[in-house]
Amino acid sequence: MSETTSRIIKIATKKRYKNKYHWTDYFSYFYLFLGVLLMFGPVVWLGLSSLKTLAGIQEYPPTILPLSQIQVDVEGYDKPLPIFNVTQEDGSVKQLAQIKRIGINAKMVDPLNPGETVKVPIDKREKIREFKIQWQNYVDPLRKYDFLLYFKNSTFITVVATIITLIINSMAAYALSIYEFRGKNFALVFVIGTLLIPLTIILVPVFYVVANFGMINSLWGVILPGAATPTGVFLLRQYMLTLPRELIEAARMDHASEWAIYWRVVLPLSIPAIAVLAIFSIMWRWNDFLWPLIVLSKSEVYTLQIGLNAFHGELTSQWNYVLSMTMVTLLPIAIIFAYLQKFITTGIASTGMK
Amino acid sequence: MTEIILKDIFKSYDQTEVIHGVDLKVESGKFLVLVGPSGCGKSTLLRIIAGLERITSGEILIDGNEVSNIPASERGLAMVFQSYALYPHMSVFKNMAFALENLKIDKKTIEEKVNSAAKLLQIEEYLQRKPKALSGGQRQRVAIGRAIVRDPKAFLFDEPLSNLDAELRVTMRKELSALHEKIGGTMIYVTHDQVEAMTLADQIVVLNNGYVAQAGAPLDLYNNPSDIFVAGFIGSPKMNFIKVNAIDKSGSFNLVSDALNLQTNHKNLQNNTTYSLGIRPEHIEVCEQQNSDLKVHVDFTEQLGSETYFYCQGEGIKQLIVHHTGQYKINKGEELYLRFKRDSVHLFEENGMSVSKKNN
Repeated sequence: MSETTSRIIKIATKKRYKNKYHWTDYFSYFYLFLGVLLMFGPVVWLGLSSLKTLAGIQEYPPTILPLSQIQVDVEGYDKPLPIFNVTQEDGSVKQLAQIKRIGINAKMVDPLNPGETVKVPIDKREKIREFKIQWQNYVDPLRKYDFLLYFKNSTFITVVATIITLIINSMAAYALSIYEFRGKNFALVFVIGTLLIPLTIILVPVFYVVANFGMINSLWGVILPGAATPTGVFLLRQYMLTLPRELIEAARMDHASEWAIYWRVVLPLSIPAIAVLAIFSIMWRWNDFLWPLIVLSKSEVYTLQIGLNAFHGELTSQWNYVLSMTMVTLLPIAIIFAYLQKFITTGIASTGMK
Repeated sequence: MTEIILKDIFKSYDQTEVIHGVDLKVESGKFLVLVGPSGCGKSTLLRIIAGLERITSGEILIDGNEVSNIPASERGLAMVFQSYALYPHMSVFKNMAFALENLKIDKKTIEEKVNSAAKLLQIEEYLQRKPKALSGGQRQRVAIGRAIVRDPKAFLFDEPLSNLDAELRVTMRKELSALHEKIGGTMIYVTHDQVEAMTLADQIVVLNNGYVAQAGAPLDLYNNPSDIFVAGFIGSPKMNFIKVNAIDKSGSFNLVSDALNLQTNHKNLQNNTTYSLGIRPEHIEVCEQQNSDLKVHVDFTEQLGSETYFYCQGEGIKQLIVHHTGQYKINKGEELYLRFKRDSVHLFEENGMSVSKKNN
């Protein structure tokens, strides 16, 4: 572990020459930090915001850290009131609670003397904040709303759909790359041609088909229509074309049936491409919004994405829940990507051919 | 034991015909080598026999059964590929067992067969390794092992030694020869290397541009090439060719060129006609001026210790390679007097066909 750490440090602090910094080092690090800021910034912002209170999220100007204004209960008022540091005319500072704001003035009350209200110009007051993490944002949706169920639905759709996609696509790719049959090129053009048709165009007919099969409000209605993706077929086919022809011929000479060639030779050798497709498929399925929104209308079959959408009411949006559950939605896919990405790079080199 | 017969095989890719009517007979248990320059169709022919390429017309008979329409997997032949084509994701054992598993043979038998093949090829220690952990020679053995485990009707080899270094190639050549002795199957072997062909074959088939140029035992081809192509292809270094004119000298003929005037015992020649005289480097002797046929200048020499090659130039002769047994000190540009062994002079007509020495 310590070796890994030291290696990471070594890589992270690399420079062009051993002892001094070259201008290209400054440039590279500037560029890299900019990249990190651009790509990672929004995620960090999301993560920090998901720990703020609803008021903290809507506050202007926004804060980076989850700070929230301290509120106190004042006698005679139903709700807790936010407190401010108010600069008095004589220059001294006093803590007052705000009842409401009227134009450029605020109607405030001294919590120690709740009977008397004062008018304060808004530029004379300053919010008092404390660092406060709102774990409730995470706990509430998981308890009050069925987010665990949504999570389960999303996982089921993602896993099952990805497995089906991989099997169907790899079989199609095998047929279009290795198996010889009449009309192969026509079939290929046909499959690739469907890439040109966006989902929005076939949305209604596909919905009609799904409805006729009685799969509305069923997870299978989400899984099956998109199980065979032309992109996946094309990706796998291109990879299989690069497999050495002689390997396939050797298998033919070894009495292998087409199924044995597919299952025992081509598929294991296509693992890198299949891993890529698996990552794509998982991302597509997990993040899919439009099609599940159309097929699933009962909350017990909601996926995470649809569940998130439910926090947007007609009049108000529960941003704190939206942000926290977005975080929850992001995590699994980030973990899966981190795990699978190494498959993309390995395995390609070891074809065993000279 | 298996006999393979090809009858009038034609093969075209789209409009291009690459095999133009090949007839071939591989006798049971024989080692047949298909040899020829690259692009002559020898690999295609092997793949046709294997069933990896379909023929345009003709017949393929294996033990008397027509197999043209039978897929490769059911012809019962085994093939060793140039790239070995080992399955990279399987261990050596799995590689060798793959074919047997496809034949649904029980595990115990598979294990026995693989182990005995491994023993024969001395690859027992590597059985659990993946192909990428093997050297070229070891991979070659595994590829051969994969072929022999299932007792095929015949073995097909597609330039199996061309990826090995020179030394290993010689070793493997000997081992292949010994293997053929030991297991005695019918073997068809494709190579572009005429040394491999000469050393391994019971019978050589020389292919040129999709035709069979000549078929026969190795020394037959060497001694009596049927045309100028075979003459040039078999033998290393190549046979020398000199353009000569045949002049009738009352019953016998003299072969005349700028540098040469040679009486020949070839009879059926046309007077005053151009022929190509072919003579192998080892059939030219260095001699005294008074006995010589030819005077040349030495361009450069290859001193191999046990033998010497002279690369010479003569009047009207661009290059003449001469073989000399033993060592011979000579400087570049020096003169050398040569004599041709009369019995070993070949003559070829302008269309390339060999002129027979028989009297008729």
